[in-house]
Amino acid sequence: MNHRLAFHDVAPHGHRYARASDLGSFEFTYKAEITSIYRLTDAENLYRIRIVNNEDRRHFSFRPGQFVMLELPGVGEAPFSISSSPSNREDIELCIRTVGNLTGVLGHAVRGTRVGIRGPFGTSFPMERMHGGNILLIAGGLGLAPLRAPIAHVQEHRSMFDHVDIIYGSKELSKLLFTFQYEMWKKDDIGLHIVLEKGDPAWSGPVGMITKVLEEIIGFRDVSFIRQTHAIVCGPPVMFKFVCAMLSERGIPMHKMFVSLERRMHCGMGKCCRCNVGSTYTCLKGPVFDYWSVMNLKEAI
Amino acid sequence: MLFRVAEASQLKALFELLAQTNTMLGPVKVADDLGGNPVYSFEEVAEFSRLSLDYTTTRLSAKRFFLPFREDLAVFALQGKDWSKQMDYHMDRPAVLFGLHACDINALNRLDKVLMGSDHPVPYYAAKRKNIFIIGTGCTPRPSCFCRSMGTNTVTHGFDLFVTDIGGGRLFFEIFSSEAYHVIRDLATGEPTPEDHNAYMRVETERNRKITTTVDTTDLTKILDMEFQSPVWKTWGDKCLGCGSCASACPTCYCYGVEETVDPGLREAKKTRTLYSCNIVDFAEVAGGHNFRPERGTRLKYRYYHKHRGFVEAYEESLCVGCGRCGDICLAGITVPEVIASVRGGDPT
Repeated sequence: MNHRLAFHDVAPHGHRYARASDLGSFEFTYKAEITSIYRLTDAENLYRIRIVNNEDRRHFSFRPGQFVMLELPGVGEAPFSISSSPSNREDIELCIRTVGNLTGVLGHAVRGTRVGIRGPFGTSFPMERMHGGNILLIAGGLGLAPLRAPIAHVQEHRSMFDHVDIIYGSKELSKLLFTFQYEMWKKDDIGLHIVLEKGDPAWSGPVGMITKVLEEIIGFRDVSFIRQTHAIVCGPPVMFKFVCAMLSERGIPMHKMFVSLERRMHCGMGKCCRCNVGSTYTCLKGPVFDYWSVMNLKEAI
Repeated sequence: MLFRVAEASQLKALFELLAQTNTMLGPVKVADDLGGNPVYSFEEVAEFSRLSLDYTTTRLSAKRFFLPFREDLAVFALQGKDWSKQMDYHMDRPAVLFGLHACDINALNRLDKVLMGSDHPVPYYAAKRKNIFIIGTGCTPRPSCFCRSMGTNTVTHGFDLFVTDIGGGRLFFEIFSSEAYHVIRDLATGEPTPEDHNAYMRVETERNRKITTTVDTTDLTKILDMEFQSPVWKTWGDKCLGCGSCASACPTCYCYGVEETVDPGLREAKKTRTLYSCNIVDFAEVAGGHNFRPERGTRLKYRYYHKHRGFVEAYEESLCVGCGRCGDICLAGITVPEVIASVRGGDPT
């Protein structure tokens, strides 16, 4: 009597990206190449990355606020928000601060280095829902990196929005990111308000807390303006706690404020649990959350 | 589900039918503990006589066959600035797991929801789950079992065949899969009679009577929400050693970390998944060193939130199956029934 049980091949079609529900897509990696490295500050570089295979590159698209897992084989893999325009289908840009093992090695990477990209993963800023209204884009420090994608959307669809303001707080003058874009943002009729924590002889703008500048910008606005306003807030937890509390007090409902949470994901696909807040997967239900959801997450901020 | 009955001798015949051509796994007595009690483990077995089908529970769960502690997700061949990536799911032949209890099968069903759902199913797990033929057996409850409270003392799916000894030298077969039916056809079995049904009920009632430890899960998700700031979490955290033993013994803990390594010749790199525990200090640490859960109490609390609140919210059932292994293995003596009772308003011990 032969009862050799049948063997089931779970991914008979190999490893492809076809659908997130395919078993074969789990470890699928786009092979990509670093095509340029632009030094933004002493600690942050902007990496331009291009998916090598033409068909793969056409397949890859993302929404503002989503992230990718960037892998350097043998070194590691970590999540990074995409910091470029979703309409650029040629390459993506990642603004990366040198803080750990992987980012340390990336700091020494050269043009032409082949990296792996998985994703895009996570939720995005619902830009279309904000059409017709005002937007406050509020960033603290490295929080400007994930905001650069929604800012690009605003620039490309400027007529769809009424008042647009960027409020950006940074520790000091030398730490300002994307300085080469400020003039362009202003030309696109985006109000740019920069505030530094620490003054500088070369700095004539405001110094102090970001909430102070925010107060000046929205303090004189009337109820109908506030009703038409969405906010996107990105930065260290302590910052968006104060900023969102202030916006909430001014009358912006919590479901019209969006924040992006930072956690150290190991998979990006709702498995490893490393990014869980309470028991919510930041990688699946986030990283972009509306503030009402964040308030309902235990220990989010 | 189809039901059949057979003489007790058919159990050995069943084992031997499958053992001819398949890898067999099952509970084996591997040692005695300091108190003289037997220690059981799931191992590969060649002989039916090596199986201890009357085992109480194994120290570690059968999770390791489906979700090994450590597994390579990918191997990279490195060449200058370039590389190529190869995946292997580490399962190349079917196996039979002979003698799994209801709680442990329910644990696999819980894992299926996360690891084989529609959102990024995990092929490494699926390859094992789909190729391990599961034969369930009725259990012998021990004092720390609280499966009845978790609704996991019986199992209705997720196995191929379930065998219950209904006394009088008779076995009751619950046949779930077509493969199992195919195997059963080669055994001497018959249709169950009303008397067999009664015998089955009597055995189950008697078994349930022996499961004496209880956990009150009424409104537990809400209570956990309300008691988020409760001082009991610190009390338990002060006892907890943060060692992660509970997660390694747990049949449903699946959290992990990923690490990459490179060989000294820089020709090959590996991406390795290692099961981790949310009780370990750096579980929620991010780049730059910020730790979202630096205290043991908040980590222990998180573990309970994931199991008894978050998972319930997502899947309508708890991620705890009441097997009691975490309490048995915990060096600090922390048990689920005691923690939940204290959160509900009892005194933490």
